[in-house]
Amino acid sequence: MVRRLLPDNESVLPLLSEERWRARGYDRALAQAAALGPDGVIEWVTAAHITGRGGAAFPTGKKWASVARTTDPIKYVVMNADESELGTFKDRVLLSGDPWGPLTGLAIAAYAVGARDAFLYVRGEYPEIEALLKDAFGWTRWAGPLADRLTFHLYRGGGAYIAGEETALINSIEGKRPEPRVKPPFPTQRGLWDHPTVIQNVETLANVALVLAHDPEWYRAVGTPSAPGTKLIAVSGHVRRPGVYEVPMGFPLWPVLMDPDYGGGIGGSGRLQAVLIGGAAGTWLTADECREARLDNESLRAYGASLGSGAMMVFDDTVNIWRILGQVARFFAHESCGQCVPCRIGTQRLVEQLTGDRQPDYQQLRELGEAMRDASICGLGQTAPQALLSYLDRPALWR
Amino acid sequence: MILLVGSNAAETHPILFQHIMKGVRRGAQLLVIDPRRTMTAAKAHEHIQLAVGSDIALLNAMAHVIIRDGLIHQAFIDRATDGYEAFKDSVAGWTPERAAAVSGVPVTQIEHVARTYARADRAMIAWTLGITEHHNAVDHVFALINLALLTGHVGRPGTGLNPLRGQNNVQGGGDMGALPDRLPGFQPVGDESARRRFETAWGVTLSARPGLNQSQMFEAMREGTIRGLYVIGENPLVSEANSGHIVEAFNRLDALIVQDVVMTKTAARADVVFPARVSFAESTGTYTNSERRVQLVRAARRGPGESRDDLWILSALARALGYDWPTVSAAEVFDEMRALVPTYRGITYEALEASRGIQWPCPSEGHPGTPVLHTRLWDEVVTPRVSFQPVEWVPPAEPVDSRYPFRLTTGRRLAYFNTGVQSRAYGHPDPEREWLELHPDDAITLAVGEGDMVRVSSRRGQVVVPVRVTTSVPPGTVFLSFHFPDETPTNVLSIDATDPRSGTAEFKAAAVRIERVNERG
Amino acid sequence: MGNDVTMTIDGMTVTVPYGTTIRAAATMAGHPVPTLCWHEHLAPANACRACVVEVEGSRTLVAACSREVEPGMVVRTTSERVQRARRVVAELLASASDASLAPSLEALCRDTGAHPENWGGATWHQPVRDDNGLYVRDYAKCILCYRCVEACGDQAQNTFAISVAGRGFHAHIDAGWDRAMPESDCVFCGNCVAVCPTGALIDRTEWTLRQNGQWDDAAITTTDTVCGYCGVGCGLTLHVLDNRIVKVTSPPDHPVTHGMLCVKGRYAYQYVQQEEAAGED
Ligand SMILES: Cc1cc2nc3c(=O)[nH]c(=O)nc-3n(C[C@H](O)[C@H](O)[C@H](O)COP(=O)(O)O)c2cc1C
Ligand code: SF4
Ligand code: SF4
Ligand code: SF4
Repeated sequence: MVRRLLPDNESVLPLLSEERWRARGYDRALAQAAALGPDGVIEWVTAAHITGRGGAAFPTGKKWASVARTTDPIKYVVMNADESELGTFKDRVLLSGDPWGPLTGLAIAAYAVGARDAFLYVRGEYPEIEALLKDAFGWTRWAGPLADRLTFHLYRGGGAYIAGEETALINSIEGKRPEPRVKPPFPTQRGLWDHPTVIQNVETLANVALVLAHDPEWYRAVGTPSAPGTKLIAVSGHVRRPGVYEVPMGFPLWPVLMDPDYGGGIGGSGRLQAVLIGGAAGTWLTADECREARLDNESLRAYGASLGSGAMMVFDDTVNIWRILGQVARFFAHESCGQCVPCRIGTQRLVEQLTGDRQPDYQQLRELGEAMRDASICGLGQTAPQALLSYLDRPALWR
Repeated sequence: MILLVGSNAAETHPILFQHIMKGVRRGAQLLVIDPRRTMTAAKAHEHIQLAVGSDIALLNAMAHVIIRDGLIHQAFIDRATDGYEAFKDSVAGWTPERAAAVSGVPVTQIEHVARTYARADRAMIAWTLGITEHHNAVDHVFALINLALLTGHVGRPGTGLNPLRGQNNVQGGGDMGALPDRLPGFQPVGDESARRRFETAWGVTLSARPGLNQSQMFEAMREGTIRGLYVIGENPLVSEANSGHIVEAFNRLDALIVQDVVMTKTAARADVVFPARVSFAESTGTYTNSERRVQLVRAARRGPGESRDDLWILSALARALGYDWPTVSAAEVFDEMRALVPTYRGITYEALEASRGIQWPCPSEGHPGTPVLHTRLWDEVVTPRVSFQPVEWVPPAEPVDSRYPFRLTTGRRLAYFNTGVQSRAYGHPDPEREWLELHPDDAITLAVGEGDMVRVSSRRGQVVVPVRVTTSVPPGTVFLSFHFPDETPTNVLSIDATDPRSGTAEFKAAAVRIERVNERG
Repeated sequence: MGNDVTMTIDGMTVTVPYGTTIRAAATMAGHPVPTLCWHEHLAPANACRACVVEVEGSRTLVAACSREVEPGMVVRTTSERVQRARRVVAELLASASDASLAPSLEALCRDTGAHPENWGGATWHQPVRDDNGLYVRDYAKCILCYRCVEACGDQAQNTFAISVAGRGFHAHIDAGWDRAMPESDCVFCGNCVAVCPTGALIDRTEWTLRQNGQWDDAAITTTDTVCGYCGVGCGLTLHVLDNRIVKVTSPPDHPVTHGMLCVKGRYAYQYVQQEEAAGED
């Protein structure tokens, strides 16, 4: 078992103590960043091949480089802790166990791109995380200039899943309706108040802190060549031990369900039917597929799946998957911002089709799903039909 | 950078204001100088809330600061202007401190506005009646011109001095010589050669003596030197300042002829009424807007009954008086006019038909018109040069005192138009009645609340109106419109001290008293 | 970077100025894409998704109304994916709204061969909001194109009286806490009405005449003229039926107005035809 993101022996030290911060190596990380200079930091992050852990898996170094390159003297960095995807709770676990990692990563990001203001957007239902982060801001007394030069702004989400989408999040911080903006321009070009902005998931930033606390080589020693490092997987549903587990990228899926160190075996009836991987916007994997699959985007592509935010929802053979699809559809219909036609009306029609009495026409459903995937503005509408489409692709799940 | 002076463009020129806001969205600074916190001021980056009638003090102090801080455009002044030294001397005493005492605007704000205006890459000034409805209106305009000359903010795109006309064809009327001292095309009646041209074309002799402006005409009516009056499309009995006084003047007339589209109060008193078909919807001709854009007006419907258009009435009247006037079309009149007016010469009906208007000057057919005026000021050699016009601040003609402690200022509101003849009963949800805008502090002092009826009296008359408590006016100042002359004849309060040059009355600054009356609105 | 961009639309090579949108480039190339929410004087809302096209290398389809062309871009405006998406958009909208006064939506349904009746389900049917003397709001027709919000906001009027409220299928236009318009910040310029593509916002006079079966497009004459109020010189189009003005609009290509007007220019015309009710002073 690897423990990189999740603290190990350091857990004996008080959560917000300077000692713990040092024991985690974050003093080294900030010193290293200062020694490398902004360009050097971006080189390291690029060399480490960190990819975004919030769902889209975009190369982090590339994102920073494009912001650092702009001539706008005002730039911003944002930590996205809105975590509202169904079955996803890894950022909460990470922040409550090691607030220093993401915060140190945020300070490094700001230093690398030249931002003086750092924003933290925290899910409204995470008051304890919010309190913890506020206390953690006291680190500027001892953490040194990279933290001290920054102004931290903490924003609380208002209970809309869509506000976690990066451009909706920008609108939310600006005081507007959290409606996603059309991309391009990307936040890296025109973000908060139109200034270039780096937005990063909590877990991504924790990875950044690790790279700077060690070095890119050390970082790449686990995981796959294209996706090094570890990944937090939130396992829920019919397993004996639901929870957040840290695994190397590319780790086989099966032991995460079965191994006593992880899921500890199938719960409920004890017989696995399917796993929904990647959250509500995820993909169904049949029991057979689960035996072969590995947890990295490259391998999952063969199943038309991706890690997404790293959620795995496990269902035993007593569950009616069709009804789960109805629940998923309800979630998206409720969370759609309502801006674009395919998602605004499409999510409503999906609910009606999936929860109604009439046997729906699969062909018609597929066309709707594909149109939503192709023509919606943002990831919500584009992925809302994902579970349904993957179900339609797997007659084994039909009943 | 856009400096609006005494203009509530958001309400009085809403579509122009859309253009201003487009500029603001693209990064222009918007500064508004106005005694009231209007809808326009609320959108500004900065609102300079000055005391009513203190504009010249403020503007002179701005000039003072611009000179003091070395922000003048020396090259422009040297090349294109005259009288800089005298002007400089005239504002030397107008320190921001002195202007602050007069206007109530903080010194730092005066300095800030002056610097922002002077330093802007391109800056324009626009104004409305807040500037021109004062007894020294022309001085107000000179004070603005001086600022533009100091800084060279004129004659290039994005700069200039823009009077925003209150009525659709004020510009066109002026262009056509509807001014006491002008022939069509702003050609002075005193100009020999211009007059000669018109005399030749019309086969008559024209007087070289300027006529009377409106206030002088009323005075002449009172004195009995004017005995007959022919009013076309105006309603002076309600729209003019101190209208009680005007009624007297009308009483002394031997003959009053009114030509209008509706039975106005003035028409009701007339000896003869010519029912005109002059509503824009039934007219043919041209209007010229504030940006000198000449546009075609086309009739969309027939007027009622026996109504006739103005041209028909005038020609028929001339024939009845024994002149041999032919029946002509609006286009023929226009052609005659443009032959005599160089600025309109190139504007043909065909060109207007094919475009969305042409901006004069348009000296020859095929010329595209001129969007920016006064570009000649940037020529190598500027002839003639423009002169600075030193102006002095004088307090409003009627000071407030213990008997009349409030400053009444008047104006217009978005939903209504002038005396209301053209904005009655169209279903607007705003209450179709007048209300008095009063600052909350004053409301407390007077012990009146929202909706209470008050009597507003001046030395000349009184009206009774309900109160609206609002911070749109500063303490000590109250606001009324004159859109509802039947219920609330605001202008019985106004003072008719007029600018001797423009003939405009001081609608903006009367002294009034306010008392509560026991009646609910 | 030069000032021109060369790219391919439906196999045709086209060269357009830098900053041109795919929509404009496609129009120039003679392959116009359909639009519902796009309006020439408003920033693209990106909401209706009728204009989506396929751009090589892009995972999803791309809204042509807002996306600017890039050198070497390869665009397909009628691929199978595009046609499916457009048809579904048309079906979804027409299944939820009343398209009877929405010519652009009716055309989209026709051109894509849409079958809205296959869907059934919830609609936006609701009572007409009739709360002021100047215009009527029939949100059963609204397709949430955002045009009214943009026109009322920073794209023209700068009043910000209305916005979108609610989420998902229940997102709707609102003047704040479901208020009636006279209680809101609305200044009744009617610019929202002018840009509404569906008849969801409609002048009261037109609405009343339509209710009574008296509105007759064929019998209406239109005349371009100039507004009779302030000195800005807005261009007007007067719509006259039986010698009565029944509607005032402004030509969208008018340099002063871009089709926008104020409350007086658009609505105060009634005095013109009040002479029949004579005796006024
Ligand atoms: C509907 C929706 C919700 C999202 N919610 C979150 C979220 O709660 N947290 C998050 O980190 N990313 C979320 N994302 C992804 C962000 O848009 C963005 O890609 C991410 O914050 C970038 O950070 P990363 O590169 O570090 O992953 C969401 C995306 C969509 C489409
Ligand atoms: S896809 Fe859905 S959530 Fe995203 S912008 Fe469109 S309506 Fe909003
Ligand atoms: S009438 Fe004008 S102010 Fe009112 S909602 Fe429409 S656009 Fe906005
Ligand atoms: S009311 Fe009209 S303009 Fe406004 S969103 Fe609905 S359809 Fe569009």
